[in-house]
Amino acid sequence: MNDSQILDFLKNYDGPEVRIMEICGSHTAAIAKSGIRSVLSPQIHMISGPGCPVCVTVTAYIDKLIELAMEPENVVVTFGDLIRVPGSVRSMGEAKALGARIEMAYSPLDMLDMAEKDAEHTYIFAAVGFETTTPVYAMLLSNAEERGISNIKILTSLKTMPAVVDWVSSGTVLAEDGSERPAVDGYIAPGHVCAVSGYQIFEHIAEKHAVPFVASNFEAKQILAAIFALVKLKGRGVVKNLYGDVVTREGNLSARAQVSKYFEAGDGIWRGMGTIAGSAMYLRPEYERFDAGSRGLDTDHESNGCHCSKIITGEEDSTQCPLFRRVCTPEHPKGACMVSQEGACFNRFISGAQPRSRA
Amino acid sequence: MKITMAHGSGGDSTSKLISGVFSKHFSNKYLDKLGDSAVVPGASRLAMTTDSFVVNPIFFPGGDIGRLSVCGTVNDLLMSGAVPKYLTAGFVLEEGLDTEDLEKIVESLQKTAEEAGVQVVTGDTKVVEKGAIGGLIINTAGVGFVPEGIDLGPEKIKTGDRIIVSGYLGDHHVAILGSRLGIENDIVSDAAPLGEMTRALMEAGLGIRAMRDVTRGGLGTVLNEFAESSGKEIRVEESFIPVSPTVKDFCGILGLDVLYMGNEGKMIVVVSPEDADSALEIMRSSKYGENAVGIGEVMEDSDSPALVLRTEIGGLRTVGPLYGEGLPRIC
Amino acid sequence: MCVALPGKVIEVKGHTAVVDFNGNRVNAEAGLVDAVPGDRVLVHAGCIIQKLDENEADIMEDLFREIEEMNE
Repeated sequence: MNDSQILDFLKNYDGPEVRIMEICGSHTAAIAKSGIRSVLSPQIHMISGPGCPVCVTVTAYIDKLIELAMEPENVVVTFGDLIRVPGSVRSMGEAKALGARIEMAYSPLDMLDMAEKDAEHTYIFAAVGFETTTPVYAMLLSNAEERGISNIKILTSLKTMPAVVDWVSSGTVLAEDGSERPAVDGYIAPGHVCAVSGYQIFEHIAEKHAVPFVASNFEAKQILAAIFALVKLKGRGVVKNLYGDVVTREGNLSARAQVSKYFEAGDGIWRGMGTIAGSAMYLRPEYERFDAGSRGLDTDHESNGCHCSKIITGEEDSTQCPLFRRVCTPEHPKGACMVSQEGACFNRFISGAQPRSRA
Repeated sequence: MKITMAHGSGGDSTSKLISGVFSKHFSNKYLDKLGDSAVVPGASRLAMTTDSFVVNPIFFPGGDIGRLSVCGTVNDLLMSGAVPKYLTAGFVLEEGLDTEDLEKIVESLQKTAEEAGVQVVTGDTKVVEKGAIGGLIINTAGVGFVPEGIDLGPEKIKTGDRIIVSGYLGDHHVAILGSRLGIENDIVSDAAPLGEMTRALMEAGLGIRAMRDVTRGGLGTVLNEFAESSGKEIRVEESFIPVSPTVKDFCGILGLDVLYMGNEGKMIVVVSPEDADSALEIMRSSKYGENAVGIGEVMEDSDSPALVLRTEIGGLRTVGPLYGEGLPRIC
Repeated sequence: MCVALPGKVIEVKGHTAVVDFNGNRVNAEAGLVDAVPGDRVLVHAGCIIQKLDENEADIMEDLFREIEEMNE
């Protein structure tokens, strides 16, 4: 099979409907950027999954970051994407205008020098992310210990993939004939989560639900190859890997060991979805001194009418949400899926050919 | 010497700063009179524009705020087909600013003005307290003469017209952000006055419909404005968009989209299909245009005019204007 | 989630590496991999999270062959 044969197959596919979920937000963004939806047969549906960390973070977490940043002794450091996510009252961007100390960084490790130079303040990183990013926070803490920097903390909203993917795999939607069918027929496995944890994390879910997974990089051509493979593998509980230069079955053992040293699994609360057992990571009790108060941040104020939760579990498409494009836009996002550049709604918004009004 | 509040007092210190730094470099027959206003010869059709320049750091690879203050304003005049003639320069200085740095900036501003063929004919200086603005802010206003018969604008865009971009995109944005984030590379700002290129295009009498410099907001934002004003779809071939591998990877590291990266010496030209080759040739043989390339064309009228990209795999993607601040994205 | 980019290790000092991405040089934490100059690595949020395996066989071809056999 070459690239154009794959493209031809996907364009002209006229078999039974296939519903494919890209779990990872970076895949959602790559699919929107390369216009993949526009080259697929209408029988192949792409669904954006729950793998955008910004989108699944609850409002209580944002509120807590703002509360911490308003205290004069603290500085909160964050990735850019989190700045505009609405909390229950305001976003961090709005809090910054009210005097909250919030700094942006490219890497959590940048916080080491910031904290070392300014012993007067406690530096708190807004530690969101999945398996890919958790080792980076472990290295932040490991470096802080090694360099004896004590004014560093993290506020965690760390999620893991297997439990939520298992949860999504149990979901159903109505088929064209009115019968119930599985919400997802195949998954593009998150390439960089697999780089760290190995694709083995999806094996038992594949078997349990008889659903295929294919790990892919973030290039359009390989994503198309993964979609092709998933259409062909529909109904088979297998995990395949196209991202062989980076992904192995076991992942990065040293990264996994660092994560286990500092973090332990616990129940996770997902924006709009509720609590999923064993889907989050928290600092171990022996490292509690690094924790800025991450446990118990369970309150979740969803914007009235927002369908984020149904969208990221594949039950609905963004266009089915009553707020989409009408009151919820990238300029004025109501839900996190519209804030994040990896969000399902943001990407549907920017790649849709509907008339737009100018801001 | 450092700038003090006294330099903004209007008294002796101000006069010394003006004679020692500003008039010294900006000297010309209009400015040298140091009147309350400059009296200059005119034309029947004038183009006017103003722009304020705030940049951190004030010296960056490939330029400084002085060069930027000329390029931004002069290029805005050029895009309407005007011949830029006069500039004003307003300086807001922060207490504590090094006068040596100020002089370097003034010198660079004057050098760039000479390159662009404009004269700084009047100016102003104010001083604000330390910490208020982070160095200095420059405002320049520009006046240009518009020759008879020249009438450009996105509403003139017709179906079938070609879109040409004058060179590699994103260099200025990367030069600034790279110095701020400590990412080392060899990229320098593209800040440049584009007069040689626009003059050659105008003199050739080609079917130029519209020109626009691609500054903040990037290519994506400019072409969205063109689509909106013309009521047509603009179709661009993604693989033709000129971006250097270094800028491409810089964007990759930070999760930025090159379509929204800022420039200070690049422009888009929309030209009739029959004159597209001639326009491209002229641009390529002009200063700052050697990497000019055609990237797309104007399609039919559309109920939902938009910028549409044909991607590497032949997919179509609608590209909106820049939303939010274009923050680095990691997750 | 998880923007990460492959680059080439230029230099390693302790557990920090200088990684080149087509002319952009960035300091990255190298404590999670055993990297030496010349290695291609994947960097996420300032941290090397994996080394690239340059000798990886053409698994795309293998997978497609497997799929064809399966559907026969």
